[in-house]
Amino acid sequence: MSLSFVNLFYLLSAVLFIGGIKGLTHPRTAVRGNLMAAVGMLVAVVVTLLDQSILSYAWILTGALIGATIGVLMATRIQMTAMPQMVALLNGFGGGASLAVAVASFLATSGPVSASGLTGMIAIGLTVLIGAITLTGSAVAFGKLQELLPGRPIGFKGITLFNGVMMVAALSIIATLAAGHGGTGVLLVLVAIALVLGVTLVTPIGGADMPVVIALLNSYSGIAAAAAGFIMGNTVLIVSGALVGASGIILTRIMCVAMNRSLAGVLFGSLSEEGGESMDADEVYAGKVKSSSPEEISMLLETAQRVVIVPGFGLAMAQAQHAVRDLADTLERRGTEVIYGLHPVAGRMPGHMNVLLAEAEVDYDKMQPMEQINPHFAQTDVVIVIGANDVTNPLAREDKGSPIYGMPILDVDQARTVVVVKRSLSPGFAGLPNPLFANDNTLMLFGDGKQMILELAGALNEVTTSKAA
Amino acid sequence: MDMLIMQVSLFVLAVILGIELITKVPATLHTPLMSGSNAISGISLVGALLAAGSGDINSLWVSILGMVAVALATINVVGGFLVTNRMLQMFSRRR
Repeated sequence: MSLSFVNLFYLLSAVLFIGGIKGLTHPRTAVRGNLMAAVGMLVAVVVTLLDQSILSYAWILTGALIGATIGVLMATRIQMTAMPQMVALLNGFGGGASLAVAVASFLATSGPVSASGLTGMIAIGLTVLIGAITLTGSAVAFGKLQELLPGRPIGFKGITLFNGVMMVAALSIIATLAAGHGGTGVLLVLVAIALVLGVTLVTPIGGADMPVVIALLNSYSGIAAAAAGFIMGNTVLIVSGALVGASGIILTRIMCVAMNRSLAGVLFGSLSEEGGESMDADEVYAGKVKSSSPEEISMLLETAQRVVIVPGFGLAMAQAQHAVRDLADTLERRGTEVIYGLHPVAGRMPGHMNVLLAEAEVDYDKMQPMEQINPHFAQTDVVIVIGANDVTNPLAREDKGSPIYGMPILDVDQARTVVVVKRSLSPGFAGLPNPLFANDNTLMLFGDGKQMILELAGALNEVTTSKAA
Repeated sequence: MDMLIMQVSLFVLAVILGIELITKVPATLHTPLMSGSNAISGISLVGALLAAGSGDINSLWVSILGMVAVALATINVVGGFLVTNRMLQMFSRRR
């Protein structure tokens, strides 16, 4: 096949990718969109395989067989609660693939992947740098999410300076390569530096900030693919890599806003060095916290017109999604309107809680994002907060001195009654007491999330049947 | 040089298009968006195929690195599209 024909097919697959992402703008068209993107990938792969410059298929087959087996196993076995880990791994593999392609291009003396000249060398250098950082950075992120590594920030004094020096070293190696002075040894030093940088950039970032990190590494994996496209002058790599890079950057920004963190703050670790001025939990809670029982709350729910459920990741950890859905079903059968109010960081990655609820067969039009639901809390009879804490903390609105001041929160305290299902009064990730728990209109339901929801549904059913009798 | 400018233009336009598109994706679908875009970034498979199939006689390493890249990129493509499909099915299912 001639080169221009190949490029036309690459254009087709780029168009299919764009159409696929467009499909993802609505749940109804999303399955088709994903399929469309997959067809785009198939087109790109088949056209490449038919390319006359491919001389041997043995290496390709071996690699594809290994990759496809692992891919199928991962995709079918993964628990939805572990999606962030899987995405972290996929980010890393994407970066690793671009890294391997770049090194192969450097070593190749002829053929379609060989690169030379100023542009080629700069592209190889950048692909190696970004690809390797993505590979090891994602591995560390995976380790933290899977709890193989401690979630707290790990580092040493001056790690920011260390990273800065390493980055300068990496860039000067790329300049050396571009000037045509570097051999294979120099390239391998660059690989080593970039692999170390991936680790030292991510270890100082705490577990709570992982959603930002995954989104950012997602972006890096796209940029690495685009950089690899510049090595070979391959248009489909450039376009698709750019799309993914843009996607990751936008999600990173959304997460940063939702968590009230600056991107620079997450990356260069300015986390909670203030300390000291933390509020005294006893003072906030003393004598004001009202504990309640499932029976009492079921009576409230009985007369409620509108109920909003605010889930956090604690809900998923207690495996309580289905129990919550059952409770919502019971309420809906009684004519009560039930809505789920979701904070952007309700799960462990962007949109994670939506997936967990969808798995429990909650309709997507009942899941409302924070901006949409906040104006309606004032007309809500009962809010049930389960497994969420910091994202409901009114200090973020009221206390200028608070570390979370300015963080967008769900204004649950404006509802008539707030029920908080929680094991104890312990603080969330931010380590702060939550004055919401001491409010006049707040009732605490202490206990295991799933257990409490089951008891609540049971009590509600009892009320319903005794009324009917 | 002309070629490079063309490619850079393509990159910049694709970034702008990406930003326009992605901002329209609702928060509900952000996780499938991430796994799906992961599958798309597996497009480096194209480069990997060219390297693994180059039959470069001067260096076995080109083929080996190509094979590693094919394996990693295939995990991304196959795993990414499959898991995205699995999630999206849950959203489209109606009781």
